[in-house]
Amino acid sequence: MKPYKVPPIKSSEITPKELFDARRKFMQMAGGAGLAALLPAAVWAGDKLPDIKRSAYNVAEALTPFKDVTQYNNFYEFGTGKDDPAAKAGRLKTRPWTVTVDGAVNKPKVFDIDELLKLAPLEERIYRLRCVEAWSMVVPWVGFSLAELIKRVEPTGNAKFVELVSLHDPAQMPGQKSAVLEWPYREGLRIDEAMHPLTLLTVGLYGEVLPNQNGAPIRIVVPWKYGFKSAKSIVGIRFVEKQPVSSWMKAGPAEYGFYANVNPDVDHPRWSQAKERRIGEFLKRKTLMFNGYADQVGQLYAGMDLQANF
Amino acid sequence: MATLKNLPNKTLAGVKAALFVLGLIPVFKLAYGAYADSLGANPIEKITHVTGYWTLTFLLITLSATPLRRLTDWSWWIRLRRMLGLFAFFYGCLHFLAYLVLDQFFDWDSIAKDILKRPYITVGFPAFLLMIPLAITSSDAMMRRLGGKRWRLLHKLVYPCAIGGVVHYWWLVKKDLTNPIAFAVLLALLLSVRAGHWLVNAH
Repeated sequence: MKPYKVPPIKSSEITPKELFDARRKFMQMAGGAGLAALLPAAVWAGDKLPDIKRSAYNVAEALTPFKDVTQYNNFYEFGTGKDDPAAKAGRLKTRPWTVTVDGAVNKPKVFDIDELLKLAPLEERIYRLRCVEAWSMVVPWVGFSLAELIKRVEPTGNAKFVELVSLHDPAQMPGQKSAVLEWPYREGLRIDEAMHPLTLLTVGLYGEVLPNQNGAPIRIVVPWKYGFKSAKSIVGIRFVEKQPVSSWMKAGPAEYGFYANVNPDVDHPRWSQAKERRIGEFLKRKTLMFNGYADQVGQLYAGMDLQANF
Repeated sequence: MATLKNLPNKTLAGVKAALFVLGLIPVFKLAYGAYADSLGANPIEKITHVTGYWTLTFLLITLSATPLRRLTDWSWWIRLRRMLGLFAFFYGCLHFLAYLVLDQFFDWDSIAKDILKRPYITVGFPAFLLMIPLAITSSDAMMRRLGGKRWRLLHKLVYPCAIGGVVHYWWLVKKDLTNPIAFAVLLALLLSVRAGHWLVNAH
């Protein structure tokens, strides 16, 4: 019987050690990159937003301090007190988050929040903010024109208005346990108002990711209208033919109109709108027509009776 | 309970002194807040709200003296009433001054428009004015000069004053009526106790 001999391995079948190690390294890297791709590089409240352009839309007025902008808020989803949002918005989860854009559009789409953050270059815009309660601020918002998003979904001829819907989840938003307003919070704009370059899809302020109490992860800012027109924590943008009924219109149709344009000549039953107190100042200042943006937006309302369409 | 029914003068003086200190706590807290800059982003609004809240609170406590006396049969509740009422007037003055000086800064034109056009101010301003004759006639000497009957009649003005105050609060709130409702329920309770007593005695 012949003794068994292990067949010699052909040298062509032997992987050189360097190659073996290199392949190993490659696999590790590929795996890591794959994993990294699965985990989006989410930004969180307090994080600096990268690559912010300076915008031409800036008012040359003293900024309201960050502390006041983020501690004095009307956001009834977290309570009716001005301190409630900062105190109670900690439970709001801003990831995962999607915004459903549908209705009278050719390309309805569900946007992921991190996709929205990269939809268009982020700009810093310093806007006046005027609350219907007759106080005001100057805030450096970060975002891009809502029009950028609207263009991508291609509204049809039936899209006369845009309805904005905020998150409804009492587990995250304790103020929604009480029926002070009809939830979810709804707001609306005429399509030309929504398309106006000043209307800002907002994801940050003071160079940082939007804090929860200011409407994270995404809100709109319409600087020539009272603050309540700016829907916060938006989950839905719907293009419709008929004028939407907003939450505040439902709560008090005689007090809160659809347009809610800042107008010193049209009073609210509780607050004269002729003057306002800029947060941080002692004496009141005169309120400007359309909050000082009359040159940019005045033509949107040409021929309209602003006493009736308040 | 005999001791509680007729509190010795010395004990009553102690109770009054303690009440006086307690009554000043809200204004001291506000003053400290103003000094430490801890009244929030809109300190003028805060001062106006806090002083208004305590005006109404002291008005309701004042109005509870009579029902409490009847309920407990302790007569000394009434002897605290004047101080409680004067505290209501004190906070009412601070509230009015906060509006006049801090909020409007003597803008008479704007104030006149407010009184005429904003229902909550239309009702709140006279409610405040009604407190003035009550405060002026709160001393023993004034009570004697007016005579018990006329004095008591005059001091019934506290009812329209308190009702005006609660309506003022109710009408100024934008949406969340929790606090105004609480004040209104308490006031309705206090007034119905009186109405019940009046009905029983009238028959």
